[in-house]
Amino acid sequence: MKTLAVEGVGLMAPGLAGWITSQAVLAGEQPYTVQPMPATIATLLPANERRRTTITVKLALQVAQEAMAVVSPDAGTVRTVFASSGGDSEVLDKICTALTQPDRPVSPTHFHHSVHNTPAGYWSIATRCRQPSLSLCAYDGSFAAGLQEAAALAWADQARVLLVAYDLPLPFPLAEHRTIVAPFGVALLLNPVTTSQRLTLLRLSPGVAESADRLDDAGLERLRAGNPAARSLPLLRAIARRWAGRVVLPAGAAAVCRVDVEP
Amino acid sequence: MAIEPLAITACTVTNALGRGSAASLAALRRGEGGLRPCDFEDADLPTWIGRVAELEAEPLPAEFALFDCRNNRLAWLALEQDGLGAAVQKARARYGADRIGVFIGTSTSGIGATERAYRQRDPITGGLPATFDYQHTHNVFSVADFTRRWLGLTGAAFVISTACSSSAKVFASAWRQMRAGFCDAAVVGGVDSLCLTTLYGFNALGLASSQPCRPWDARRDGLNVGEAAGFALLEWAEPDDDRALLLGYGESSDAYHMTAAHPEGVGAALAMQQALARADAKPEQVDYINLHGTATPLNDAAEDRAVLRVFGPGTPCSSTKGWTGHTLGAAGITEAVFVCLCLEHGLIPGTLNTRQRDPKLGAGIVLDPQERPLRLALSNSFGFGGTNCSLLFGRRGG
Repeated sequence: MKTLAVEGVGLMAPGLAGWITSQAVLAGEQPYTVQPMPATIATLLPANERRRTTITVKLALQVAQEAMAVVSPDAGTVRTVFASSGGDSEVLDKICTALTQPDRPVSPTHFHHSVHNTPAGYWSIATRCRQPSLSLCAYDGSFAAGLQEAAALAWADQARVLLVAYDLPLPFPLAEHRTIVAPFGVALLLNPVTTSQRLTLLRLSPGVAESADRLDDAGLERLRAGNPAARSLPLLRAIARRWAGRVVLPAGAAAVCRVDVEP
Repeated sequence: MAIEPLAITACTVTNALGRGSAASLAALRRGEGGLRPCDFEDADLPTWIGRVAELEAEPLPAEFALFDCRNNRLAWLALEQDGLGAAVQKARARYGADRIGVFIGTSTSGIGATERAYRQRDPITGGLPATFDYQHTHNVFSVADFTRRWLGLTGAAFVISTACSSSAKVFASAWRQMRAGFCDAAVVGGVDSLCLTTLYGFNALGLASSQPCRPWDARRDGLNVGEAAGFALLEWAEPDDDRALLLGYGESSDAYHMTAAHPEGVGAALAMQQALARADAKPEQVDYINLHGTATPLNDAAEDRAVLRVFGPGTPCSSTKGWTGHTLGAAGITEAVFVCLCLEHGLIPGTLNTRQRDPKLGAGIVLDPQERPLRLALSNSFGFGGTNCSLLFGRRGG
């Protein structure tokens, strides 16, 4: 079975501010405590652009740049897969609100930020990367669907792929119809070739009607169950603990993705 | 070396030209377009649109009521045409329900349902109506979830949402997922329906034309938003396959600007070159290019540069947006199926509404339809965020 090496991880959520500092929490060596996320993130965007863009874009780009930081491959050679259930719901709320007003004054800026691939566009511009890029959604299974597509892309092109998954709480009134409990962003730098820089080796196989893994810690489990990108937490825990074994993640609808990990 | 081709076992399109592939093929041959002055809901905009008739009057069957919205109605209509459902059932018996992937493209999904809910907010609490169902209508995954349930499939499923390249890229994803062994066959498709977000959004950007769109015309002044759905069942090709084949795909990013295409068409050219390389084909072997051709002044100019760089001025090209409008996230599948119909029936469509070729553009634009055998044909789809995809289809023999 083909393998995929994890070479870098990016992570940002309340109480999980970066992969380096979060490993001890995920490994169970330190308790998980909810803390606000740092304000300055996504420093690869120029300051004026960082001010103009949305928190969704900044969260996605922050974890993307962190996952690339250690191995630091030429960003122009790395393909990308962005996975998100809700995209930028702040922008969609503003557009839907504008559409209820006289003459329906939809802002051109909001409209071009409304596409699901906005973070991918900003990433490619910031890194001058012309490689293939996908932006996808599989509702609560978005992370595993993205992982499966990232693997397929890495194997087909024999090239590194950066997987970025992110979701944020929706604004009122949408929040009453879709619960996302906290922001969560995660990125994995994946290499179809195993190198000495790998953190973990993955083998993927699709499955149906198996139950997905849960977490023992109540705070982390609330995050996992309350944000589609945080469905990655059982895999992140396995990487942090240098486990060997199987992790089962929910993929789109009825499907699951079985991930065999090996340090 | 060329990649292993995928066969298009079944395919279908529904759009402003009518339901099913025959309606589109007849309209392409006769030069009869489907655009009309904007009459969607109460939109008061001086533009033309490509609307599918009578969607408003056809709710989903009761057991799918949760999914009921314009986008899923359009998906349902298309799934019922051209024997697609029967072909998928045959494939299901052959491979198993969990071994057929579902990869669908959309840009705005069922956001129309949310637009409507925002018009019905509670005057005191500001809340949306209790009947509003975000997961099964607005969420981007909704149309893939509906499609896989309608077809009885349980395997890998996701939606690609990369604006106007969405449902071209599903072909590349299907190839990769099948190659990786995650599935043995795939249903790919694209569905995008009219909504106020895109109509007023393109109007705000100044990109919507007040007339039927005129790709490559010297006086072109913008696009017309359209709606469409299309699907295809993909399986690995047999050695002597006489079905239409996906021979190559190319994907790239412009890395230039969020809404403006790279003026030299650098990313677009890369996508076309990669589609050719994966098929091990030379530019001069391509008989026809179905252009993205939205009819905005800058997009057509950028694509023209890219086509000239890869193919020169000799390859026959046309844009079919003058028939359907720009169907956004469904443009990729719509024009992929058009290309397959053209290969099967030996047709190069013209470029509807275009009268005077822009003298500043050099690609080999065909204005009137030509009947002649085709072996290889390319389809281009490009979108906001600088996302590009080109697909190369062909037939053996002929």
